[in-house]
Amino acid sequence: MSTSTSKLIRGATGDWEVVIGLEVHAQVTSHAKLFSGASTEFGGAPNAHVSLVDAAMPGMLPVINEECVKQAVRTGLGLNARINLRSVFDRKNYFYPDLPQGYQISQFKSPIVGEGEVVVDVPDGETVTIGIERLHLEQDAGKSIHDQHPSMSYVDLNRSGVALMEIVSRPDLRSSEEAKAYVTKLRSILRYLGTCDGDMEKGSLRADVNVSVRKPGDPLGTRCEIKNVNSIRFIGQAIEHEARRQIDILEEGGSIVQETRLFDPDRGETRSMRSKEEAHDYRYFPDPDLLPLEFDQAYVDELKAHLPELPDDKKARFARDFALSGYDASVLVAERATAEFFEAVAKGRDAKAAANWVINELTGRLNKEGKEISSSPVSSGQLGAILDLVHEQTISGKIAKDLFEIVWTEGGDPRALVEARGLKQVTDVGAIERMIDEIVAANPDKALQAKEKPAVIGWFVGQVMKSSGGKANPQAVNDLLKRKLGI
Amino acid sequence: MDELTSLTLAQARTGLAKKDFTAVELADAHLAAMERARALNAYVLETPERASAMAKAADARIAKGTAGPLEGIPLAIKDLFATENVRTTACSKILGDFSPAYESSVTENLWRDGAVLLGKTNNDEFAMGSSNETSAFGPVISPWRRKGSNTPLVPGGSSGGSAAAVAANLALGATGTDTGGSIRQPASFTGIVGIKPTYGRCSRWGTVAFASSLDQAGPFARTVRDTAILMRSMAGYDEKDATSVDTPVPDYEAAVGKSIKGMRIGIPKQYRIDGMPAEIETLWQQGGAWLKAAGAELVEVSLPHTKYALPAYYIVAPAEASSNLARYDGVRYGLRVPGQDVNGMYEKTRAEGFGPEVRRRIMIGTYVLSAGYYDAYYLRAQQVRTLIKKDFEDCFNAGVDAMLTPATPSAAFGIGEKGKADPVEMYLNDVFTVTVNMAGLPGIAVPAGVDGQGLPLGLQLIGRPFDEEALFSLAHVIEKAAGTFHPKSWW
Repeated sequence: MSTSTSKLIRGATGDWEVVIGLEVHAQVTSHAKLFSGASTEFGGAPNAHVSLVDAAMPGMLPVINEECVKQAVRTGLGLNARINLRSVFDRKNYFYPDLPQGYQISQFKSPIVGEGEVVVDVPDGETVTIGIERLHLEQDAGKSIHDQHPSMSYVDLNRSGVALMEIVSRPDLRSSEEAKAYVTKLRSILRYLGTCDGDMEKGSLRADVNVSVRKPGDPLGTRCEIKNVNSIRFIGQAIEHEARRQIDILEEGGSIVQETRLFDPDRGETRSMRSKEEAHDYRYFPDPDLLPLEFDQAYVDELKAHLPELPDDKKARFARDFALSGYDASVLVAERATAEFFEAVAKGRDAKAAANWVINELTGRLNKEGKEISSSPVSSGQLGAILDLVHEQTISGKIAKDLFEIVWTEGGDPRALVEARGLKQVTDVGAIERMIDEIVAANPDKALQAKEKPAVIGWFVGQVMKSSGGKANPQAVNDLLKRKLGI
Repeated sequence: MDELTSLTLAQARTGLAKKDFTAVELADAHLAAMERARALNAYVLETPERASAMAKAADARIAKGTAGPLEGIPLAIKDLFATENVRTTACSKILGDFSPAYESSVTENLWRDGAVLLGKTNNDEFAMGSSNETSAFGPVISPWRRKGSNTPLVPGGSSGGSAAAVAANLALGATGTDTGGSIRQPASFTGIVGIKPTYGRCSRWGTVAFASSLDQAGPFARTVRDTAILMRSMAGYDEKDATSVDTPVPDYEAAVGKSIKGMRIGIPKQYRIDGMPAEIETLWQQGGAWLKAAGAELVEVSLPHTKYALPAYYIVAPAEASSNLARYDGVRYGLRVPGQDVNGMYEKTRAEGFGPEVRRRIMIGTYVLSAGYYDAYYLRAQQVRTLIKKDFEDCFNAGVDAMLTPATPSAAFGIGEKGKADPVEMYLNDVFTVTVNMAGLPGIAVPAGVDGQGLPLGLQLIGRPFDEEALFSLAHVIEKAAGTFHPKSWW
């Protein structure tokens, strides 16, 4: 894969290419944990959602939660990936206080999902296809809390055993922008599928970022892994910083040490966590408490038949059926709720206008207040009604924006609001003529000027709109002015 | 009271039903015998209060006519089974005074059927051992002695306490677990019957794990019939154990006394090992002759990979154990020895909490799973395991119904006699039993005679998967011919 020069990073010795691969950990949306019946609810009191299995009491055994298997298969299908009808759970052995069993149950050699791909639209307009190497199911660990006691750490096992999907990309990403777009797209697919809520603030989605640099055309450089980055913005920052750090080392004649690093968002930099020499020997082996996970193709086909329409298909349909630009379509489909809102507004109306309103007015206003579209104060029905009022020329575009604001803050039926507040457009020619006559009479010099310079008509339009409170039909004002001023 | 403790389980069942005595009387007789037999160190915890309460409840159910199949039968439970609010330690210091908030599925099944808990029995620490000498509570002394000798002998292991308790009439039956022979070898050493069921027949839920792919619970009793009665209650599908098999539990007792006419019994030639005492060879032939006399056909069979079973077993079992025992880390329960930091705490806790044999196996297991060694050891051992399994399948497919082998390569040995210098000497005890665990098959040990020093010797019968019934029928034929064996009380 060649990298367009715009993505290269300039160094003292020439251009560098950054190579990125991501391991995204996505919490499976399910009521119970991967191998126990304990709740996965977020935010319970410490150790409120812990079963005997999660606490690794003697003699406790894991039993697979079929809902998690279903979600992993559905995710695999959403990533156009191969579903493995037989997969194996392994034990990854290491000691840590928040890992009660002394091993994490994961899938090492035989994951449930194999190779797939994700098509990503990068903001610069390019479209890249990112390879997925695998998706596997594994248990989350608990949480160690170090700041509650001078010499002891506390352990909260609420997350211990919660199901995660680890989605491993190929090292196909070539810039922080691509990486951010990839995670955004992945998150969008997961949310469409309902297999992960994608809530990065709650830790439902986090990424280990593998970064290396090389001169274009050279073999891959030594990589560093930045662990547990928990926002898309931080992923971008971590890559930018790490690539620059590696380039600086190499250009000064040094070499990169393969190691695990942490990203410090406060300082915007990565720092060393442990080197390869300190790396654990995890002693993976098949978990003898669990049989290999097996299902048939009919099971997969059944799940496939009930998948929702995913962002790529929806985007293609929007572009085709609503004649939208690729950009508008991809913005609208990024969130399933946005796409559904748009479709409701666009139904039987001018799709382009609907798209503009949803993308600009609505999304802008939602972002300003940090609101989700699902809790938008203006419903799709209300926005549709506003569009109808514009379309039938009951109100002007400008009034429509004011009306939107009123509906946003006060609610109510837009049509009734227009009636009640007298927002109707003035199309009565006699009334407009009277306003024009008054203004022309009061400004004879301007009227004279307009004959020489027709652009001055704009000033008159503004005056008329002002005295009509914005309600005069702009087209009617223009036509009448031209006649009165003799242009 | 001695008459009550020397009853068979089946006789006690009849006596209770006929109200010849009460469950409370039966329990009291056993509790008194246990108290007198403390020198054997068979029990690590006696639970007289719980026994009395359970016996009283059993009597009430008998009176009401709602008695279960094991109503009022007093049993000993290996300390590997979690018993709710009753100390459960796997005979390791690392569990300290751990008292589980849950009951193992196997014991839950026994209580469901009306059985009474007498106490928890001694075992090798985490079931790792073949002599019961690795227990944190000290060794169990076998109720058996060599003719004219006071040398204390081992009862075998790891379920040595359960075997000794049953042999010494300190319980009508007991539970054991068998990972490489831990039921069959002590049964053989103490002259009683013990069966390791097919892997997946009894739930492993709530039983402290040693090697998950090999561990299986099973009963001990003084007769084949008694063992069959207990087996029916212990067995059954459990959705909490993913390796448990959902197949109906037959009436095993009905198989006891059933004709074995026409059954084909394989005699595996690879079990004729170098240095095996002549007495054992003779006993083996005698066993075959008894089966033949009862109408079975004997055929020599070949299990060519037998010689690799023991080394492969001592890779697979420690590998799984090294991981299973990682949870004993001092963080949540059991022993904690403070250290400088968390790693120091782990090291001190585990060094102090585990005995030398457990530490050895954790180290072996950690080694064979390590990067660079996994393929050479663990993976190869698993391949060997597949071949061992296939050896048996080939024989069964050729029409063999079961196999007859010696249970152990020797009779019981003296405490401290074996394995001091070389642990492998101890591991060799499992040579006839580990193949069965590696293949996941059922195997029963049944007493068949005594050696020149008057110590009991057992034979082993190995069956097809989930054909425990054939084993009960065949073992009963041997029992009828050989009789039963009881140690003379010296304690």
